[in-house]
Amino acid sequence: MGTTDIIVKFILIVIIFLISLVVAMYSTYAERKIAAFFQDRLGPSRAGPFGILQPVADGTKMFLKEEIIPANSSKFLFIVGPSLAIMTACIGSAVIPWGQTLVIGSYHLDLQVTDINVGVLYLFGVVSLGVYGVMIGGWASNNKYSLLGAIRAASQNISYEIAMGLSIIALLMTTGTLSLKEIAAQQHGWHWNVVYQPLGFLIFIICAFAETNRSPFDLPECETELVGGYHTEYSSMKLGFYLFAEYINMFISSAVMSTLYFGGYNFPFMHSLGLSDNWVTILGVVALFAKIFFFIFFFMWVRWTIPRFRYDQLMDLGWKTLIPLAIANIVITGIVLTLIK
Amino acid sequence: MSIFYFIAFLSILFAVLVISAKNPVHSILYLVLTFFTFTIQYILLNAQFLAIVNFIVYMGAILVLFLYTLMLINLNKDSEPMKTNLVKIAAVLGGGCLLVVLVGALKVLGISQPVILKNPDLGLVKNLGKVLFNEFLLPFEVSSLLLLSAMVGAVLLATKDKKTTA
Amino acid sequence: MESLSNRRKVLESKPLNFWERAYLPAIVKGLGITMKHFLFTKAVTISYPEQKREFSENFRGMHSLKRDEHGRERCTACGLCALSCPAEAITMISAERKPGEENLYREEKYAAVYEINMLRCIFCGLCEEACPKEAIYLDGDIVPSDYLRKDFIYGKDKLVEAPLNQ
Repeated sequence: MGTTDIIVKFILIVIIFLISLVVAMYSTYAERKIAAFFQDRLGPSRAGPFGILQPVADGTKMFLKEEIIPANSSKFLFIVGPSLAIMTACIGSAVIPWGQTLVIGSYHLDLQVTDINVGVLYLFGVVSLGVYGVMIGGWASNNKYSLLGAIRAASQNISYEIAMGLSIIALLMTTGTLSLKEIAAQQHGWHWNVVYQPLGFLIFIICAFAETNRSPFDLPECETELVGGYHTEYSSMKLGFYLFAEYINMFISSAVMSTLYFGGYNFPFMHSLGLSDNWVTILGVVALFAKIFFFIFFFMWVRWTIPRFRYDQLMDLGWKTLIPLAIANIVITGIVLTLIK
Repeated sequence: MSIFYFIAFLSILFAVLVISAKNPVHSILYLVLTFFTFTIQYILLNAQFLAIVNFIVYMGAILVLFLYTLMLINLNKDSEPMKTNLVKIAAVLGGGCLLVVLVGALKVLGISQPVILKNPDLGLVKNLGKVLFNEFLLPFEVSSLLLLSAMVGAVLLATKDKKTTA
Repeated sequence: MESLSNRRKVLESKPLNFWERAYLPAIVKGLGITMKHFLFTKAVTISYPEQKREFSENFRGMHSLKRDEHGRERCTACGLCALSCPAEAITMISAERKPGEENLYREEKYAAVYEINMLRCIFCGLCEEACPKEAIYLDGDIVPSDYLRKDFIYGKDKLVEAPLNQ
């Protein structure tokens, strides 16, 4: 790796980081706006035209609020919690292929930060780390509701990680690689994995809802039972970090779903349009983001449609339905693969 | 090499902190950091699969469960039972034995030739999978049987009461 | 017991069939319903300060002190409104009309100071009913918010109707 490579990678990382932050910021706005439309309201409309500056106003408010650290809390861990939450949310974007290679002059710019050959597992590891932020924050608050929220988050995440992993295994059996770049490249044109793995995708998306603590599985922050859940004691930007982490998680998991199952940057007829390679790459990035935004919209759509699960129902669904289904999916995939060969 | 020594130093530091931390939750968190340094060591050894599995399974699952159980236990100091002298003496003896074994082992340790892998990419997923499912298929399956028996045992333990009560 | 109204329905609770237990059709149906609202139903929101909901006929809002057909203040400061007020929100100081002020005040006695404390007022409309001169009506808008308590004591500057020819 030469110096230019390092600089280019650095710029790419900064851009991706900024994009995730901006997308997360505007997800908060989109969530409120979309929720309003689903409920026949208008949503935020005061800050700027159509309320477009609302996230800026929200952020400013968050920064200016008083910071409260509970007297009997473990102060260091109280600060570590939200930092960890937002950090684990951000590092997932490193292995996602945002596009193909751009050719600028003689330089080949790869629109992916790093292509490690265990990319899928890396994502999985990052997801499993995400729960630490919630747990540490919930425990350090020294509040029973926070603790209950943290415990719920932990058991929920661990339970659904299993089903998620099993659903990915079936996918990996068809793709034969762990590198996200290769998986994306395999789904050229219309050959999206969701066609071959519909059940796997269904399990994956349900688990993604549970892992990001989104409704209908948002039990760790269930207001009616736990006040604010794990972030009951948090205020100011530390609370903002937790909320922000949720939206970044949503963005990243949407990106992962698009990449794994919906072809990533591929779009139909991408090479029969007669465009130059660079244009195809740019359109591919646009296609990927269109898919991501669709999934973010879907997350919100589901949130305003389905009521929250009860805790035992959540565990029943995870252990008694999704895990057997995922195993059945693996078996079926295996049988079909052997028959085809 | 300097990265190795730095990370190794961190591993030992965090490992010492695990046993010296007063608060059990803190010590679990130090354990998490220790495992994280192990992950880095695996990456330095080019064993990517092992690194990531260590990351997922130990840091992401097992230690979360540790933390989970610890949070549910009442950790107030006054509820901590007093250790009897017998336990203390036993602990000292056990620790002493371990020390003797360690010192003895270190004493006979000669500097061996550094092991050089024939295939430096052995730790990559593809190669590891091929090795596991060809050469070491039997041990692999036997270990999976072991895990299965552990699972059956857990289920048995969990359902044992039903027969007696119902 | 026999139903007398003949409207009784016997509720049957059948066990759910496979598709009902699978949940997904119901979820898809629900998503369809919300999407219908997202796409087709118009928002019922009224953006308040710019857009106002129509008040009903008998809405009681801010008070206004009326003028007669020649633009003279009707109030004669009899104090019946203050007396009838259950919240003790109204107070006034009366004064005698000087010669030459006939075009300002209808009666020989008028209210030099007339104050309503809008924080006390409960908008019951009893003042309106008590007034023998038809001088006070609660036909105004919603009382706007403010920062200081003293700003909620409305004097004649805010209460008296605008003169006729302006």
